[in-house]
Amino acid sequence: MQNGSEPRKHMIAVLVENKFGVLSRVAGLFSARGYNIESLSVGETLDPTVSRMTLVVRGDEFVIEQVTKQLHKLIDVIKVTDLTDEGHVERELVLIRVNAEPANRAEILRTADIFRARVVDVTPVSFVLEATGDEGKLEALIELLRPIGIQELVRTGKVAIARGPKTRVRRVETPRKPRVADDPKVVGFAD
Amino acid sequence: MKMPGARIVLECLKRQGVDLVFGLPGGAVLPIYDALYDFEGLRHILVRQEAAAGHAAEGYARTTGKVGVCLVTSGPAATNLVTALQDAMMDSIPIVAFTGQVPTHLIGNDAFQEADNVGITRPCTKHNFLVKDGNDLGPIIREAFHIASTGRPGPVHVDLPKDILVKEWELVWPEHVQMRSYNPNYEGHPGQVKRAAKLLARAKKPVLYVGGGVISADASAELRQLAELGQFPLTQTLMGLGAFPMDHPLSLDMLGMHGSYYANMAVHNSDVLVAVGARFDDRVTGKVDAFAPHAEIVHIDIDPSSISKNIKVGVPIVGDCRRVLVKLLDALREELKDEPAPAVREGRRQWAAQIAQWKHDFPFQYEWSDDVVKPQYVIQEISNATGGEAFIVTGVGQHQMWAAQYYKFKHPRMWCTSGGLGTMGYGLPTAMGVQAANPGKLVINIDGDGSFQMNSQELATCFTEGLPVKTVIINNGGHGMVRQWQRIIYKERYSAIDLPQIPDWVRLAEAYGCVGLRVTKPSELVPAIEKMIATPAPVILDVCVDKDECVFPMVPAGGANTDMILAPPTREVRDKASKSQTGF
Repeated sequence: MQNGSEPRKHMIAVLVENKFGVLSRVAGLFSARGYNIESLSVGETLDPTVSRMTLVVRGDEFVIEQVTKQLHKLIDVIKVTDLTDEGHVERELVLIRVNAEPANRAEILRTADIFRARVVDVTPVSFVLEATGDEGKLEALIELLRPIGIQELVRTGKVAIARGPKTRVRRVETPRKPRVADDPKVVGFAD
Repeated sequence: MKMPGARIVLECLKRQGVDLVFGLPGGAVLPIYDALYDFEGLRHILVRQEAAAGHAAEGYARTTGKVGVCLVTSGPAATNLVTALQDAMMDSIPIVAFTGQVPTHLIGNDAFQEADNVGITRPCTKHNFLVKDGNDLGPIIREAFHIASTGRPGPVHVDLPKDILVKEWELVWPEHVQMRSYNPNYEGHPGQVKRAAKLLARAKKPVLYVGGGVISADASAELRQLAELGQFPLTQTLMGLGAFPMDHPLSLDMLGMHGSYYANMAVHNSDVLVAVGARFDDRVTGKVDAFAPHAEIVHIDIDPSSISKNIKVGVPIVGDCRRVLVKLLDALREELKDEPAPAVREGRRQWAAQIAQWKHDFPFQYEWSDDVVKPQYVIQEISNATGGEAFIVTGVGQHQMWAAQYYKFKHPRMWCTSGGLGTMGYGLPTAMGVQAANPGKLVINIDGDGSFQMNSQELATCFTEGLPVKTVIINNGGHGMVRQWQRIIYKERYSAIDLPQIPDWVRLAEAYGCVGLRVTKPSELVPAIEKMIATPAPVILDVCVDKDECVFPMVPAGGANTDMILAPPTREVRDKASKSQTGF
């Protein structure tokens, strides 16, 4: 295919039937057609028979067009939305185990504070930090902690949702806003 | 009323209108075979190897337009079937394949004859199911047939664990299939149809390029109306052969790697190219950058992912070929009400003259010999003897291309060939399925000696099931297509291509209870073909042909369609080939 544009990252939301084997169908599609998934996260939606996958894929416009068409061709796929060029919020969660010698502990906590990261586990020699945010923010945090000594790092992969009052992907039956404090899934991070 | 799962499967098949099942029993599907023992209204044809069941179902589906069904057991049977599933996938043939599976509690335990069937068939089916609950049997079988036969048709696989088949369940049979995640688009976009009609009405050098989708959609009549309404020259892909009668003055025959010179030239020089149910396969386009460089392309296809996959198109129309063609006809009639501009009329006149010139100057041709049978001659005589009214099936290789070039196709759904996957051994089992679906009709399998050997065991099925398939072996004592490439591209370094005359095909036919005939001289050919057609039993006609004959024209792989080689290669062509980056 002729190259029409530069490759870039695309954020694709895919609603699928919540059945066994669906993840394998999606993953298999990517390997069979030679596309690379940069990140993939899956979870149930408000309707337990539907799961939502958020995929980050790099490609030019022709590759992305094929990716979305091929995804849609899978029988278990209900809807495919490319959120890249729409207003959307994207987030990722990262858990970082960082060396915490007495000399560094204060600095780590200060850094964590700046990034609104939380300490979720403490030992005399280490912290585990939890942080959420977009890619840029998390990369910045990781770069600041790297000189101190990161032992281990776990990332969830990105999730994304369109901005605005309209539900692009699926209308919720009762348009009730979950109160942040009530909902353990909503992480207290203001935009 | 409760009944065993196995019985439910058969009841569902019957309600679905299935009359023929190709299969081979084994441990995990024993309950179904037990239920089949006294089940009325389903004919079961016992094949000798599982892939043959799949191919036979393909032949049934392609020639009848109904969904083909095959039934095999777990593990090795399912893995044998994979080739047929992928074949049906590539050529969009609607089949539903049932496999047995070990009981649900043993799945994942490495049980005897266990394989991850659905895991293996996932990428080579349109969709697949593992039945984990007997209450789902009816709905799943219903959905399987629905998915296989609608949208872009394709193979669907249903995996049946043994305990599900044994236990008793209520038969659940949904009258309608409703799937929120699967709603193919059949009606083309009216705006796009109008744009296509405008382009066609103003085109100076239009060409229609039609593929297997026209046959799947039963759109041949509409296609012919369109071609005749606008007097558009028309070329067919390998899968599309039969969509348009080849003796029609507008026919440009097949295009692509071994297509006609005039078809490839017409497509290359066209200013409006309308693709109908074709997918711009690499064997059609050659080098994509050089494919139809001056053309505005309209692409009509049921599968959105086929559009702009290989070639960017200006006017995409997603929809069923027949329904879109009906709309396009109306729109074009509207456009043609106004007298075309003089420049357009003059352009069209020159275009027709140019095509006639190409047709006159570079027809399909070969050198005649009085001593040795030329393979092209065999196809011509089969075409003459049948008048284009026989079902033709092929294997894969040189004979397949000669059949496509020299047989004068007249009707849709009378041609079965493995186009996308190129499955050698496809011929005999598929012909068997065609014969079973069309009793009393003449079915000819044009095969190669290499290709035929890959499924020759099915002669036993033909004999025992009373399927009088006629096989013509274009016998050149080797893998001819490979030999051709080695000759033209690999400097005659012939490697692993000789198949010395073993077995003796006449004696093999007789060993299987069939009739064997042999032809070694051109003068013997016509009487032998007549005798073959007149014989009521399965026949092998072994035709010993010139082993040096090559398929021409030929576009080297990766080359542009304008770089066709028209005749046996000269030293110059070989040098050019050896310098090619892709090695063709």
